[in-house]
Amino acid sequence: MRALDLSYTSREQVEVYRFSWPVSLGLPLLMVGVQAFVPVRLHFLGIFDFGLLLTIFFAVSRRSQISGILTGAAIGMLQDGLTHTPFGVFGIAKTLVGYGASSIGIRIDVENPGSRFLLTFFFYAVHKAVFVAIERELMGQSVHINLGHEAGVAVANSLMAVFLFAALNRFKIKD
Amino acid sequence: MNLFSRHKNTVVLATVLLAQFLALAVQVKRQTADGPVRLIRMIAVNTLAPFERLFIYSGESIRGVWANYIDLRHVRSENLRMKAESERMLLDRAREQEDARQARRIQALLGFKEQWIDTTVAAQVIGTSGSETSRVLYLDKGTKDGIRADMPVITPDGVVGKVLTVYGETSQVLLINDPTSGLGATLVNSRLQGIVKGTATGELQLNYIMGDEPVQPGEALVTSGGDRVFPKGLPIGKVVTVSMGRNLFLNIGLKPAADLNRLEEVLVITQQKTRAPDVTGLGPIRAADILAQHLPGVPQTAVQTTPGAAPQQPSAAGGQSSPASVQGLAQNSSTSKPQTARPAANTGTTTVPKPLVPKPVTPKQPAPNAGGTKPKPAAVTGTNPQ
Repeated sequence: MRALDLSYTSREQVEVYRFSWPVSLGLPLLMVGVQAFVPVRLHFLGIFDFGLLLTIFFAVSRRSQISGILTGAAIGMLQDGLTHTPFGVFGIAKTLVGYGASSIGIRIDVENPGSRFLLTFFFYAVHKAVFVAIERELMGQSVHINLGHEAGVAVANSLMAVFLFAALNRFKIKD
Repeated sequence: MNLFSRHKNTVVLATVLLAQFLALAVQVKRQTADGPVRLIRMIAVNTLAPFERLFIYSGESIRGVWANYIDLRHVRSENLRMKAESERMLLDRAREQEDARQARRIQALLGFKEQWIDTTVAAQVIGTSGSETSRVLYLDKGTKDGIRADMPVITPDGVVGKVLTVYGETSQVLLINDPTSGLGATLVNSRLQGIVKGTATGELQLNYIMGDEPVQPGEALVTSGGDRVFPKGLPIGKVVTVSMGRNLFLNIGLKPAADLNRLEEVLVITQQKTRAPDVTGLGPIRAADILAQHLPGVPQTAVQTTPGAAPQQPSAAGGQSSPASVQGLAQNSSTSKPQTARPAANTGTTTVPKPLVPKPVTPKQPAPNAGGTKPKPAAVTGTNPQ
């Protein structure tokens, strides 16, 4: 109730949704698989972080911080499994994104395309910042950041989020 | 209980993050001066070290008062003895370094071997890591097809990477443009050797070439074989940009010979054969010939006046020698004909130098790279942070 008191939206807009088990398990596997295997042929898809988009989508739809944390951790670890870097790099970044997105999802309306665009842009930046911090501070690697490139990728991911979230809305089940 | 339920979300977040931090710390090895150390060990040591230090310092300060101010007998004589020992050790060290250098040169000259690609397995690229920061590929071939870790992966255009992890029916390949990879490379024209590494943005760089070396854009680059992974002579790419970097080394940007962003089929080199150069019928190599190769350049008038003396050989810099130079030496020793010395190209072929007609010779400048002034990077294999 305290969360609703602080909300900047009406009670109707703060709907809580859940997802069926096949969707909850299958969708992350499908999206991470798409991200890893489709860019071999369709190179332009390589810039999209479908794992991140899915983490944000689940977090803002369920509006549960614990659910956001666990979803982010699971998707991140799944992505870590495909890289040659240690487990936990994507996991930590997406855990924080899941927590943050679900916290914001409680307070603001995330159903319209504008807020989804801004939300994704913001969390892409957060995800990148955490990722770079882990690579530099924990793994001791030098990470080069091209701000222009990253801004472009963030915009592309945000645009993709608008369409992807609209498409994924059909899987929502009202709680 | 109330406290937990009130901060349930924060506690769950902290628990999940802590679990992942610990998992990461167990896996990551940080490079230190004494080799790789697990991050969790570093964290544990750094956490406990201040307390240990405090404990030790407090004890030491008490002992120090006694040792540094009261018990100072025999210090002067001990200091003199230590100085003498230090000077003797410096001399020993210099002598041992020279011995080691000589051993390396002779080893390189006599133990030279060539690598040949024997068998390859064609594989299809089926996936990537899905991340720009981890440049790996997945192939549709694994242990069942004879693929093992550390095998080189190439295309007809050039080098792609090396096998990092092998599973039953798939394998993971680390691309040469990943920041954690590295391979020994030789510039085709200047014969300079360096290490090719990837950057965080997925570009290729040639490292450890001194700033005063003449490297031109467009110069091709091949594998040197020094990393013990890739056979010698495979194309890596071309020099695109050259600029002065930090620490007196050049910043050399490369364009890879193989299009690393559009790979669909690759070849995994599953077997390489090593064979010694064929020197049958060329006569024995004399110790004097080997030593002559490492002496400073001799004016060619000496060759004309004393037939049979070892000719000037300007190659073999950086501890590497070529079959051409070995054969040249052997032939000279057996025929005793005066020859004009040629820089032996380190191409890995076994061509016999053609005897040349002697002509009036003026004293020459010392040959380029003679004396091993070229930077000689250590042999590097691709790193695997796991």
